[in-house]
Amino acid sequence: MTRTILRGLSELAVTAGAVLLLFVVYEVWVTDLWSDRAQDRVAEELREDWTSGTPEPEPDSGQAFAFVHVPRFGEDWTRAVVEGTDPDELEDGPGHYAGSAMPGEQGNFAMAGHRVGRGSPFIALDVLEPGDPVVVETVDAWHVYRVTTTTVVDPSQSSVVAPTPGGAANGEATGAFLTMTTCHPKFSTRERLVVHGELEASVGKDVAPDGPAALEEV
Amino acid sequence: MYAWIWRHLPGPLAVRGTTALLLVLAAAALLLFAVFPALDGLWEPRP
Repeated sequence: MTRTILRGLSELAVTAGAVLLLFVVYEVWVTDLWSDRAQDRVAEELREDWTSGTPEPEPDSGQAFAFVHVPRFGEDWTRAVVEGTDPDELEDGPGHYAGSAMPGEQGNFAMAGHRVGRGSPFIALDVLEPGDPVVVETVDAWHVYRVTTTTVVDPSQSSVVAPTPGGAANGEATGAFLTMTTCHPKFSTRERLVVHGELEASVGKDVAPDGPAALEEV
Repeated sequence: MYAWIWRHLPGPLAVRGTTALLLVLAAAALLLFAVFPALDGLWEPRP
């Protein structure tokens, strides 16, 4: 009798352990499968929008509106940026903080992206160094930002996405900035890794159809 | 439970082994592709 109960309990414990391990596999790898597919879809939709010549001036929530290129993450590394930072939106790709500036504008063009799992767009955010280019491609222009700082902050520190990073949420913009946020450390939500940059130049696509030289750097 | 399943699997050892492996894979697939996705969003999402 005791033996049967003990065996039942030990089998239960082994099963629970296996399920937990499987859950880690799900979070780290399986979510990537769906998110990679979603990213491909939104990227394709955006390219189609651009070639058909009917891009919407104000993107809807969840809709892709720009591409971000980060040569440091790898040659040709690019992701379509979607509007909004809700979980559903971040599953498709890096999300633009609603209300923050649009690419190239005065203010703070701010994005959030997953660190591990769900496409892991910003898994390598910690390798960015000051001076590294981050190129944001819109329908008609390339906006070249240069990384200025990398910091780790508390998740409550929302001033990193203020018009002037570190300033008031409704403060004045003192320049054209870029912000990328992700979870830190990997596999944790304890802190946020935040990379700031500043706009170096904007080039029209009529001038540079294949993109600025910064794309070939690093 | 596992012993009970093993005793009730039909066929010779090789067949039983294959069936058992398939059962494990089916359970894993059910968790990975149905149960865990359904549980998504029940806790704090991580950016």
